[in-house]
Amino acid sequence: MQKVLHINPDKCTGCLQCEMACSFENYGVYATSKSRIKVFDFHHTGKKVPYTCTQCDEAWCLHACPVEAIKVDKATGAKVVNETTCVGCKVCTIACPFGTINYVQETGKVQKCDLCGGDPACADACPTGAITFIDANWTGMDKMKQWADKLGNQAAA
Amino acid sequence: MSWAGKILRVNLTAGTVTSEPLNMDWARAYLGSRGLGSKYLVEEVSPKVDPLSADNKIIWATGPLTGTMASTGGRYTVITKGPLTGAIACSNSGGYWGAELKFAGWDMIIFEGKSPKPVYLYINDDVAELRDAAHLWGQSVWKTEETLKTSLQDPLVRVSCIGKAGENGVLYAAVVNDLHRAAGRSGVGTVMGSKNLKAIAVRGTKGVGNIRDPKAFMAATKAAKKVLAENGVTGQGLPAYGTQVLMNVINEVGGLPTRNHRDVQFEGAKDISAEAMVTPRATDGKKHLVTNQACFGCTIACGRISKMDESHFTVATKPQYWGASGGLEYEAAWALGAANGVNDLEALQYANLLCNEEGFDPISFGATVGAVMELYEMGVLTKEQLGIEAPFGSAKALAYFAEITAKGEGFGKEIGQGSKRLTAKYGHPDLSMSVKGQEFPAYDGRVIQGIGLAYATSNRGACHLRGYTIASEVLGIPVKTEPTEHNGKPELVKAFQDATAAFDASGVCIFTSFAWTLADVAPQVQAAVGEEYTVEHLTHIGERIWNMERDFNNNAGFTAADDKLPKRLLTEAAKTGPGKGVVSKLPEMLPKYYEVRGWNADGTVKPETRERLGL
Repeated sequence: MQKVLHINPDKCTGCLQCEMACSFENYGVYATSKSRIKVFDFHHTGKKVPYTCTQCDEAWCLHACPVEAIKVDKATGAKVVNETTCVGCKVCTIACPFGTINYVQETGKVQKCDLCGGDPACADACPTGAITFIDANWTGMDKMKQWADKLGNQAAA
Repeated sequence: MSWAGKILRVNLTAGTVTSEPLNMDWARAYLGSRGLGSKYLVEEVSPKVDPLSADNKIIWATGPLTGTMASTGGRYTVITKGPLTGAIACSNSGGYWGAELKFAGWDMIIFEGKSPKPVYLYINDDVAELRDAAHLWGQSVWKTEETLKTSLQDPLVRVSCIGKAGENGVLYAAVVNDLHRAAGRSGVGTVMGSKNLKAIAVRGTKGVGNIRDPKAFMAATKAAKKVLAENGVTGQGLPAYGTQVLMNVINEVGGLPTRNHRDVQFEGAKDISAEAMVTPRATDGKKHLVTNQACFGCTIACGRISKMDESHFTVATKPQYWGASGGLEYEAAWALGAANGVNDLEALQYANLLCNEEGFDPISFGATVGAVMELYEMGVLTKEQLGIEAPFGSAKALAYFAEITAKGEGFGKEIGQGSKRLTAKYGHPDLSMSVKGQEFPAYDGRVIQGIGLAYATSNRGACHLRGYTIASEVLGIPVKTEPTEHNGKPELVKAFQDATAAFDASGVCIFTSFAWTLADVAPQVQAAVGEEYTVEHLTHIGERIWNMERDFNNNAGFTAADDKLPKRLLTEAAKTGPGKGVVSKLPEMLPKYYEVRGWNADGTVKPETRERLGL
């Protein structure tokens, strides 16, 4: 079963534990600037929205890469950057419609979410369940359940 | 080791910025933030200094857990000699700024001297420089942050700054970061303004990468987060209702100071409570509360984000206040509401927004307005002097005073001096509900005996965050004590004060202590810094910090006579509620408190106590 990161912004409090967990997993340092998941704070509405790579099936970044540095991890479905191959040309950052693959000036390579090899640190660190790692085929489960509850549990006419 | 090991020294007179190594002996002995910053202050600043002179210094300090995955590890503290009290001032804030400073590679910043013109400090990792702030002077906190993010072309920069209140010498001006988190009390923003320092903009990309034992640290922080999640207060009450959950609770125990402490229960408490914030309004059918919000690293998320009623008289013509923004928290709701007898939730939020926008402390402001309203009702102050009719309960007067105070217009200039100076000027010094010149927060010090003693002995003037005995006396944490009973309270107050200083010094939020004891903090500190820190060590450090602060105040000229409460709390008994008929037993508690502290009868620290604490 393939799993995906599932994000529910309504549950996000903006604590940034996910960003720290990400940077710690990948660089051994707590640094939100190095995180591959970002939480956006829309102050005028009060909304906090975590955002990261959705691991597109036909990934723009993967197709754009001239040196084939981005490969599919068959087990997780993640699109993974091979740092030894990457030449830092940044074409993938232009190709990605979502902005979730970015250049890292310290390494001269690009970085993106790789699902931590199948056990994403961000989902583990999230204290509210705003970020979960669930069955890729059932990301709609919670919403379906809410509607089922609404429709099925009405008082009998 | 989790300290960055570096501090930034900024001489505002000379315009120089230099890096120096952190004094590691002091770091080990005082840990960080409140403790370590205060150590630097007492070593470098004469206790006799005029707080608003160039000789005073002001320090922004983080702790060893700031900028880590420890829950609530995003705090920073601003330390200086305070202008409201003349005592050591130390004010703590959340949001994201503290972690950003640590990420840039700095434990603290020490500002000395006075800049000849308005400046701001820009820090981008290792590079720090003073820049001209002419275009920022006169701007609000909100505008300053927006302008800096735009001009620096960096939306990720974090800003800690003052608004008009700090520029105009309001004696309880706050330092505000991330729009609505504040080092709110004791006038630390006033000192910042007196130095012509408008803002500190920080961008830190290096992060905290020197945790000594990462595996143990991750295990300790995870275990501690579980404790917070499973606790009723930190896991459910605070995220759902915020600190405002206290409004009805404190009213019921008869400890909600009302109308400048004339009363101890407020008939309008329910209208300004957490419950009111989540009840749809009659006017537009919407709830006041939009969502809760966490500070950096916080797994509690007590912060309130609200939207005002757009048709309310305070904002009907001001769409700039219609968006979601911070508030109301309990202390602000009490000070702006019950303390003045105002039960208009929207008016309170409007005043609260102005406090955030222009950077002033809603507690001292609200409590000062309470004194003004009492003087108005007594006929001492008139409509002509004030510019408005100001009886208790007037939302219009509250909103008006909030508008004129930061700008220093009309009577706002006097409100900005705080209740001690204001009531003294008009011949009624007993009506200032303050200790050492700083106004009381939201718990009655006569009905709740321990908190009264905590106020009287707090090193920064009246404060609930220096020994929150409410936890024990009202909420039963860690054990329930009877609020109206004074026996046993000196010991309780000391224990809370010492533990609190240790929590503060580590870099975590004191709200964790609803669920955590120092036994939860110690393993996190120990794994982070890689040296042995037990509960005993931390308690000892807390006591050391307390006595260091006390020494500074004693040397500044404070004596036992300043550890006092206003006459009202000692002679006018509570009129209603479970504590009806009770006055503060401070005179009976204070000698015992000095004894358990190891102090002389005159409130000075005994040499053997100083020696025991390594002072």
